[in-house]
Amino acid sequence: MKGAPYAHPSPTTTLKRARSAPYLFLLPATTLFLLFFALPIGYAIWLSFHKVKVSGLGLGAGARKEVWAGLENYTDALTDSELVDGALRVLGYGCIVVPVMLGLALLFALMLDSEKVRLAPFTRLAIFLPYAVPGVVAALLWGFLYLPDVSPFYFVLDRLGLPQPDLLDGGPLYLALSNIAVWGGTGFNMIVIYTSLQAIPAEVYEAAKLDGATPLQVALRIKIPMVAPSLVLTFFFSIIATLQVFTEPTTLKPLTNSVSTTWSPLMKVYQDAFGKGDIHAAAAQATIIALATLLLSFGFLRAANRRNKRDVSQGGAR
Amino acid sequence: MPNTKRRFFVRSAAVSVAVALGATALAACGSSDDDSEAESGPVSLTYWTWTPGMDKVVDLWNKGQGKKDQITVTVKKQASGDTLVTKILTAHKAGKAPDLVQAEYQALPTLVSNDAVADIASEVGDAKSKFADGVWQQTTLGTDAVYAVPQDIGPMMFYYREDLFKKYGLTVPTTWEQFAETARALKKKSPDTDLTTFSANDSGLFAGLAQQAGAKWWTTSGEKWQVAIDDAASQKVAKFWGDLVKEGAIDNQPMYTPAWNKALNTGKQIAWVSAVWAPGTLTTAAPDTKGKWAMAPLPQWSQSENVTGSWGGSSTAVTTDSEHKAAAAKFAAWLNTDGDALTALAKESGIYPASTSAQLSGAFTTPPDYFSNQPDFYTKAAEIAETTAPSAWGPNVNVAYTTFKDAFGKAAKNKSDFVSALTTMQDDTVADLKKQGFEVSE
Repeated sequence: MKGAPYAHPSPTTTLKRARSAPYLFLLPATTLFLLFFALPIGYAIWLSFHKVKVSGLGLGAGARKEVWAGLENYTDALTDSELVDGALRVLGYGCIVVPVMLGLALLFALMLDSEKVRLAPFTRLAIFLPYAVPGVVAALLWGFLYLPDVSPFYFVLDRLGLPQPDLLDGGPLYLALSNIAVWGGTGFNMIVIYTSLQAIPAEVYEAAKLDGATPLQVALRIKIPMVAPSLVLTFFFSIIATLQVFTEPTTLKPLTNSVSTTWSPLMKVYQDAFGKGDIHAAAAQATIIALATLLLSFGFLRAANRRNKRDVSQGGAR
Repeated sequence: MPNTKRRFFVRSAAVSVAVALGATALAACGSSDDDSEAESGPVSLTYWTWTPGMDKVVDLWNKGQGKKDQITVTVKKQASGDTLVTKILTAHKAGKAPDLVQAEYQALPTLVSNDAVADIASEVGDAKSKFADGVWQQTTLGTDAVYAVPQDIGPMMFYYREDLFKKYGLTVPTTWEQFAETARALKKKSPDTDLTTFSANDSGLFAGLAQQAGAKWWTTSGEKWQVAIDDAASQKVAKFWGDLVKEGAIDNQPMYTPAWNKALNTGKQIAWVSAVWAPGTLTTAAPDTKGKWAMAPLPQWSQSENVTGSWGGSSTAVTTDSEHKAAAAKFAAWLNTDGDALTALAKESGIYPASTSAQLSGAFTTPPDYFSNQPDFYTKAAEIAETTAPSAWGPNVNVAYTTFKDAFGKAAKNKSDFVSALTTMQDDTVADLKKQGFEVSE
């Protein structure tokens, strides 16, 4: 331990430093990842394998113990019809939200990108603005509009003598919830698609024009295939957002008997953790939802990538 | 949201856990002795409460009695009801619960079961005489221990539009049978108007109605819990409301929605089964009908009875994590029994006190502003409060309440069988107790 390594670093220490440098650069990110991501997830998984055991009447000190539960919480969650029903409800909701929202986003983006558009900046902002409205506020706002007794729409329908459907019940409820998500999410997806439309080089359009392509043909044959990666990305985000739907049904819940406290899987997790105080069951359900989300979203990404590659190789062979 | 607004105005309950716990279960709980010796030096305490204006009431203590005793209390405003229970339990797990907490009566067994609140019998035992037996019993869970000091209560009452009752030629029902007749008579005279609604979004209302009918949902025998949510009394109540909804005599939409506010404000609904805190809710929900409402005792199941249930109500408890339990208990007793404190609580927070003497004190000689047409509002309220039936809470009220919302919400929506919804509530509650490991007798 003698000598003066600081003054005259030997070649070996320099080399060592050079080798350890990347790890040092990684250190802050790794630390943050471990502390605020891996550790809480690990704790949730640990919780999901435990349960509380009460003895006797369960009053007083030492009446409650945390014990190993094995897979019990998981089997309970998977056999719980409420969780499965919730997943099905969200699936139905997603089948409306994702196609409608992305379809509209693509349509708006193409329209904004067309040469003949007027007032483009204003329109873009107007479509994007609902995204800036917090989910709770959006749900409250729409909730008021859905309630027959206070909604101006129903007032108008009533005056016109038209039928007044109950939007907070049965099938229309899905439309009502989807509408909030579409209203809030279309703008964001439109911007993503629009940005990638702007990145298409001008010479491609020029070539198309020379070949005599109509604007519709340009849109269908050039623009849409070229923004396919953005469409994949927005689809990926939308799937995740749909699986995690919580705010809208939770906010609408007090307004109607049709939304139960366990309407979506995440609401069930919340209800079990904070309504029933069973944090262990909630942890197991959360883990299952996280795994399902991972599987679905990455499964989709892989499938999309494979298709892309195939298209590219086929294109090359032609 | 209307829901939180209602909670501002006192949730209260009366009366008690008719639970006779085995002494064995309690041997483990007598824990507060370790710091009963006199405190020396200044002490500062933290108090979690959702009562609005509590900081002003606590200022009275900090400038008066508290200054003398060198006990300073700091209020930390919290979300109400069940949300706070979850927060207290989480903090207790970390050993960091505040010294004092506000707890609804039905949450006390849950808190005791988690060993989160301390037995303060030796410090506040003297306060017993200030409260009705039924109210006090809720803080002892029927044992020798005392887990909290009662703060406010919510005896249930019948509220109706005096002017519209006259207009439609209706008389105020004194029995539930008359109540049903009144609902039908109104439907006949004005098909678009409802007497009231059956709302499934506040379990406390149904619990209170069942309590009035004589239900005791949680009791113990020996070392076992007994759950009787689907007992005959509760079934009677469920069937009564279910039939009214089914035949369309009353509405089935939830309370506290903008639509409900409008129905009350425009005379589309002309009565409300509620509790003593109703004036506060009506002030915000139906501002245009001020002075047109009147309060009467709850309808009875038989002409000879005179009993009510309770909806809401809370107490002040000292946590097991507190390092100054004696000081905290002293404050809790002052807050809920001292005349000045109770007057301030009534004025600043609009609560209806659990303390019987305070119910007729100066703060309650004039009726609430909204009920200026009924000068004897609080005299009547105090009389009704005395008739509160005993209540019986257990360690998983939260589970029963959650199941209620979903099962009865569905039944109300579909106008289907309320009694089978009650069975679902019973089954889920028992299943949860068993899952947790409680001994349950069938």
